[in-house]
Amino acid sequence: MEAFRQFDAVAVPLPQPNIDTDRIIPARFLSRPREVDHAQFLFHDARRLPEGGQDPDFPLNRPAWQPARIIVAGRNFACGSSRESAVWALFDAGFRCAIAPSFGDIFRNNGTKNGLLPVVLPAEAVDAIMAMLEAGPGARIAVDLPAQTVTAPDGTVHGFEIDPFAKHCLLEGLDDFGLTAGYEEEIAAFERRYGRENRL
Amino acid sequence: MDAPRTLFEKIWSRHRVLEREDGQTLLYVGRHLLHDGGATAFDVLRRRGLKPWAPERIFATPDHYVSTAGRRVEEIEDPRHREMVEKLARNTAEHGIRRFGLGDPNQGIVHVVGPETGLSQPGLLMVCGDSHTSTHGALGALAFGIGSTEVAHVLATQTLWQRKPRTMRITVEGRLGPQVTGKDVILAIIARIGAAGATGHAIEYAGSAIRSLSMEGRLTLCNMSIEAGGRAGMVAPDETTYAYLEGRPYSPRGADWEAAVTRWRELPSDAGAAFDTEVTLDGDAIQPMVTWGNSPEDALPIDGAIPDPETAPDAERRAQMRRMLDYMGLAPGTRLTDIAIDRAFIGSCTNSRIEDLRAAAAVAAGRKVAPGVTAWVVPGSEPVKRQAEAEGLHEVFRAAGFAWREPGCSMCLGTNGDIAAPGERVASTSNRNFVGRQGPGARTHLLSPAMAAAAAVTGRFTDVRRLLEG
Ligand code: SF4
Repeated sequence: MEAFRQFDAVAVPLPQPNIDTDRIIPARFLSRPREVDHAQFLFHDARRLPEGGQDPDFPLNRPAWQPARIIVAGRNFACGSSRESAVWALFDAGFRCAIAPSFGDIFRNNGTKNGLLPVVLPAEAVDAIMAMLEAGPGARIAVDLPAQTVTAPDGTVHGFEIDPFAKHCLLEGLDDFGLTAGYEEEIAAFERRYGRENRL
Repeated sequence: MDAPRTLFEKIWSRHRVLEREDGQTLLYVGRHLLHDGGATAFDVLRRRGLKPWAPERIFATPDHYVSTAGRRVEEIEDPRHREMVEKLARNTAEHGIRRFGLGDPNQGIVHVVGPETGLSQPGLLMVCGDSHTSTHGALGALAFGIGSTEVAHVLATQTLWQRKPRTMRITVEGRLGPQVTGKDVILAIIARIGAAGATGHAIEYAGSAIRSLSMEGRLTLCNMSIEAGGRAGMVAPDETTYAYLEGRPYSPRGADWEAAVTRWRELPSDAGAAFDTEVTLDGDAIQPMVTWGNSPEDALPIDGAIPDPETAPDAERRAQMRRMLDYMGLAPGTRLTDIAIDRAFIGSCTNSRIEDLRAAAAVAAGRKVAPGVTAWVVPGSEPVKRQAEAEGLHEVFRAAGFAWREPGCSMCLGTNGDIAAPGERVASTSNRNFVGRQGPGARTHLLSPAMAAAAAVTGRFTDVRRLLEG
């Protein structure tokens, strides 16, 4: 997994609550293997007009936000389905961080296991950052994982909390497989105890 | 004496292999379910040269990509979809994993198959690469959905790293009125606490109204826990649970059954066990519900009217409501019972079990699907289909003009190609009314099976209680 330390990039605001993973990547693209570049599926339908063609008003389509690599969204971002391809679509499009007042739990897990940092900030902080991004399209945000801070375009610094384990894995680019490999004895011993009560 | 513990804590601690100083816990997975959307996890295994650690604890069935028009793999027209079903067959065969494939008497939607075969049991920790894995909590299991990297990890180690979620108890006391089902209870709950109301929590449903639900009703209830943001939803096992499980193919038998029930009786939360969050609802007040927006939290009793964005509490909600009404093609103030539908879909892991089909058939009996409405019934599994046919429900549906299809996820998500056309309005017993969920531009309203059948035969949302009164 790609490690995450500091990241400084243009941020795009998506000022809506409950943006679900069906929006991030519609279900009909879920049969594509990981090798396929998933950037092409990111907000595939949301960024298009019903009659076809790109919607020039969709934030990611606006020239100032095309270089965006950080998403700032409303509460409950990426709720719904467990599809990991929601993370792949963001990652393949260059996104490494999403900032919101809250996330769907499964997306949050999937993100930290794929080098995409989910940052939870209070709703007021997210609103303030969004207002700055709207006022100055193309503005940048700096994220510092070791320091656990987000620096808004106006220089305001917001601290954030993160699970120490997720932080460690992201900083080192570690995945769970390597970690668990050291515990095979413990798992086997557990199974011997557990198996007595749970016959198959 | 030990501190009182919740059902959740009892299962969590029984499956804890170890806990790191930072609180991260390695959990043992008692049962792992797979479906045909999970090919990536096997790709990860192959790349890393890994093999499933405990294949005997893994069970698979194709559901997302199967055709609901026929049972042969060759009948799946889209080669990509066919490939997903074939990959599941190859991957499970290669690793000696039991698969209920197309044509198997137990094939079906993974969250229907688990409980129905007795694979889902009280006290088990279960996972599946699907967010509606919360369903299995209805049997008193701790069951939650995971992403495909986690699926690969569970395949390779039979364990999963997790941080303990918080606990929430949702208590619904009282008596549910006629035609008020598990679906209406969960929609009322989500309308109350919001689509993120239970984020970071494992939910336990309790109270007399929950106890009174059949196992099917509890499965519907727990299924939609994720729609409230909850990782897991559970109901403590009781006589309803044991009666449901006894004699199922994978349920313990004989002396093992007695021993299992004795163990399961220890599972319910102890008196005085503390939950991080408590929510209570009045069961008597719950009405048949219908959603109007693009989040399951946008649910109203059937006698309600579309809300006016101008009355929204803040600008964000106002803008969101406008977007949703625009997408849904609805005007503020319109009564739900004045909204005409184009399609009805009775199916999905939420509402495709035998009791759901019986409830819908009772409404369809002696009536006709309204002109211009396309109505489908998609049983959740082969056993549900067989049982329904043994009871003649398929004839009731067909006589009324409903299509009787083969088991699978179908129009819940449309990954197999069963989708609605842009702009079509669907009365759907599934779990998500998201933008584009049932096809680009499709407009989904969630409701119970009897309410969906009532909408199908009247051509608009209808209070099924009134309809049945005649
Ligand atoms: S029926 Fe729908 S929600 Fe359930 S597993 Fe299938 S696609 Fe997912």
